[in-house]
Amino acid sequence: MMEKHFVPKADVEYTKADFTSDQMVKWCPGCGDHAILAALLATFPKLHIKKENICMVSGIGCSSRIPYYVDTYGFHSIHGRACAVATGVKLANPALSVWVNMGDGDSMAIGGNHLIHAVRRNQDLNITIFNNEIYGLTKGQYSPTTKFGQITKTSPYGTIDYPFNPGELVMGAQGTFFARTLDCVPTLSTDCMTRAAQHDGCSVVEVLQNCVIFNDKAHAAITDRAVRDDRTIVLEHGKPMLFGKEKNKGLRFNGRQLEVVTLGENGITIDDIMVHDETTEDTGIHMMLAHMGGDLPVALGVIRNVKKVSYTQLYEEQMEEQMEQGKYHNMDELLNSGDTWEV
Amino acid sequence: MAENQIVKKEDIVVRFAGDSGDGMQLSGTLFSDASALTGNDIATFPDYPAEIRAPHNTIAGVSGYQVHVGNHIYSSGDKCDILVAMNPASLKSNLKWAKRGATVIVDIDTFTEEAMGKAGYTADPFTDEMERAYTIIKAPITSFTEKIGEAQGVDKKTTDKSRNMFALGIIFYATHKTLDHTFAYLERKFAKKPAVIALNKAVLTEGYEYADKLEVIHSHIFEVAHAEMPKGRYRNITGNVATAWGLLAAAEKSGRRLFLGSYPITPATDVMVELAKHKSLGARVFQAEDEIAGICSAIGASYAGALACTSTSGPGLSLKSEALGLAVMTELPLVVVDVQRGGPSTGLPTKTEQSDLVQALYGRNGEAPLIVVAASSSANCFYWAFEAAKLALEHMTPVILLTDGYLGNGSQLFRIPSMKDMPEIKPRLATPGDPDYRPFRRDAETMARLWALPGMEGLRHRVGGLEKCPDGPLSTDPENHALMVHNRQEKVDRVANYIPEQKVEGDPDAELLVVGWGGTAGALTLAVEEMNNEGTPVAYTHFNYISPLPKNTGELLRRYKKIVVCELNSGQFAGWLRSHFPECPMTQYNKIMGLPFEVGELKAEFRRLLGK
Repeated sequence: MMEKHFVPKADVEYTKADFTSDQMVKWCPGCGDHAILAALLATFPKLHIKKENICMVSGIGCSSRIPYYVDTYGFHSIHGRACAVATGVKLANPALSVWVNMGDGDSMAIGGNHLIHAVRRNQDLNITIFNNEIYGLTKGQYSPTTKFGQITKTSPYGTIDYPFNPGELVMGAQGTFFARTLDCVPTLSTDCMTRAAQHDGCSVVEVLQNCVIFNDKAHAAITDRAVRDDRTIVLEHGKPMLFGKEKNKGLRFNGRQLEVVTLGENGITIDDIMVHDETTEDTGIHMMLAHMGGDLPVALGVIRNVKKVSYTQLYEEQMEEQMEQGKYHNMDELLNSGDTWEV
Repeated sequence: MAENQIVKKEDIVVRFAGDSGDGMQLSGTLFSDASALTGNDIATFPDYPAEIRAPHNTIAGVSGYQVHVGNHIYSSGDKCDILVAMNPASLKSNLKWAKRGATVIVDIDTFTEEAMGKAGYTADPFTDEMERAYTIIKAPITSFTEKIGEAQGVDKKTTDKSRNMFALGIIFYATHKTLDHTFAYLERKFAKKPAVIALNKAVLTEGYEYADKLEVIHSHIFEVAHAEMPKGRYRNITGNVATAWGLLAAAEKSGRRLFLGSYPITPATDVMVELAKHKSLGARVFQAEDEIAGICSAIGASYAGALACTSTSGPGLSLKSEALGLAVMTELPLVVVDVQRGGPSTGLPTKTEQSDLVQALYGRNGEAPLIVVAASSSANCFYWAFEAAKLALEHMTPVILLTDGYLGNGSQLFRIPSMKDMPEIKPRLATPGDPDYRPFRRDAETMARLWALPGMEGLRHRVGGLEKCPDGPLSTDPENHALMVHNRQEKVDRVANYIPEQKVEGDPDAELLVVGWGGTAGALTLAVEEMNNEGTPVAYTHFNYISPLPKNTGELLRRYKKIVVCELNSGQFAGWLRSHFPECPMTQYNKIMGLPFEVGELKAEFRRLLGK
């Protein structure tokens, strides 16, 4: 089936400033959300879509205030339901570029059901998850991504909840696009968001975001400049999975699992290093990559980007087909169909 | 054929009862369709269990379908003149719905000791007393049908499925009707299975001929009066289909795309099932992952410019409460169809009730007014769905349309309207590029805001659940909140300026005013009409506009010394009226049994109130 683009490209040249709204940004100083907003504002001009055709949809939480700060159409909906609202927006008008912004609690606790179903359907939505591993707007309760054992306001003796990994949820729901980025690396964020927008189908971008007030340094173990290069790996399609300050460490699949190896040690050469294929349909390797952490570097960049006909396209094609072949084309025809009689 | 003694009747009620899977719904539909096509007015009411196929031969598995045919049919009737009982459990659970003297047709082959035991009979049900009270026809339906099946070389399973045709044949004979319509149906339905057509036709004919040979039936042939109905083209329609079509009609008339975001729930599912068929008419149906996603997708679709709807029943409406508040806050048009069923909680999924009224009126956090209207017959679900959509689009507000299981599953004759005669619907669209557009600026008359759609140039704006000021941005200003709360209420109140006044039927000068609302109109109309015909004057007013109420409601109620509010709940509408008109003394007549009103019980109550 031919891929179709329902969002019209326009001959428009925008700058970041064109998308900046006149509303005061009310996030805390130092909050990672500022950087995510900046990345998003830098993404839109790259898309060549008219401002009027962009619609931001959010749920509830700090991150969900974002529609007010972007000068497009926007809907700040209710807690957990952004995916559902966005689904309706896109179904009613497939020409719109629809962006969904949610936090970790919004998307994976109260809105978990809507997230997995949106991903499963592969409707053309661009979902961004701001993952700060805490409920910020309600002042510091543990979320579905809070690290096991962490002390928060509602887990004074440590959480006993095993956390979700959003990437694994996406793979489990047979999602077609998943990328991960850091709030403190806006160029990577913009790159992920741009690629997400280009993807025909449902895209999910997880941004590891710092909540400076209630969960400061939640991601510091991987984001601090001193350790970032060794604790993260930026995946690029078609390239060997190398990382580290010296780019001399790499990932190898040893037949059972992924492991870190060092070029030049124990006879390891570049040929031993796995080459990233974001397009492979089988979720197995992408699941492993999304899962990495601990001894393995946390995967960043586009982890999965698979072609699969989108719900949007399937829906529109069925509509078109029935408009042509369907039995009734106006209400008078339907009203008078079947068994009727004159009195 | 022996000499028939034909009894002319204004109307008769036939009830088909059998095991789920015995085809009772189909027999009932075929009988009602044949009656309608031969000039009778009709109303039907399926009475089916929540289980799909409960254990064979148990009371839990009995499925019923009641058909009322004749002249001027308002409801599916109280008790039946003819009862078909395909097994002992059906007889056991349905005999109470038969009039004394009714014709009771049973498949005597099924009355085995085991089946009678399962039905709870400890002795032979056909006692002398019963034989005196009813005309009982013990037809060997199973064995006759099996003989035909064997002769035609059809397998037992297929043969068993045609048993209902034998019973239908007897009914057609007993009601002085021909088999033509059902033959035509079978030929259409099984066009690719000639063996099935031949079998069913043979069984139907056998039933008809069996009846012809029965001495007892010849004194019980009913001929039902033809209906005197306004000229026009007619069809049979269920309330749920009528609701779906009303929404489609409103979309066509308003020029907006129809969107339905829903989740399956009894007894509302058929609204979605029907709309899902009509992509050629532009219906965009989305089966959501849950009730909340159903309404939230509809709210998103509304923001994007569709005539957005969601359909549900009581428990689903509970789940939609928060999102309804969002639709109130964002002042977006939305139609929520609630096909009410017995509650609370899962309650009685397949039974009818009017107990979601208070939930519809108040079931949201904060002060969240919206429009509530109610349909009052299966056929007029079409017009009330249309009206709900018109009000939503023209007043920029969510509207809850209350129907119920009785209306939704029941069917009625529907005089087919012409779309050119349907009222105009003028959505309040903003003008692209309008420099003065502000999201919450209001029309001076209706207080409705303008609808700016994503994609429109120059009207970019944000909506959401947080309080906004009229120009659009967020506001926590105390004065602004007071103003916006007031404006949202005022907007709904002013809808009263655009709806007709409440009318009184029956004898307007009577001492007693009967008040009803929604799905009970059939039984109430007939009860009032019969009492007036019998010389006991009764006035009657039936509400379809619930919130806001028609402007003359108070003035109308104050004219009566005695008012009785009749409803299928503990008094929710009575409470709503009392909160508006505390000066009017009202009594209540309530029924909370999951069943519609019966004419008999209503008349008895009205007489009691009048001391007669």
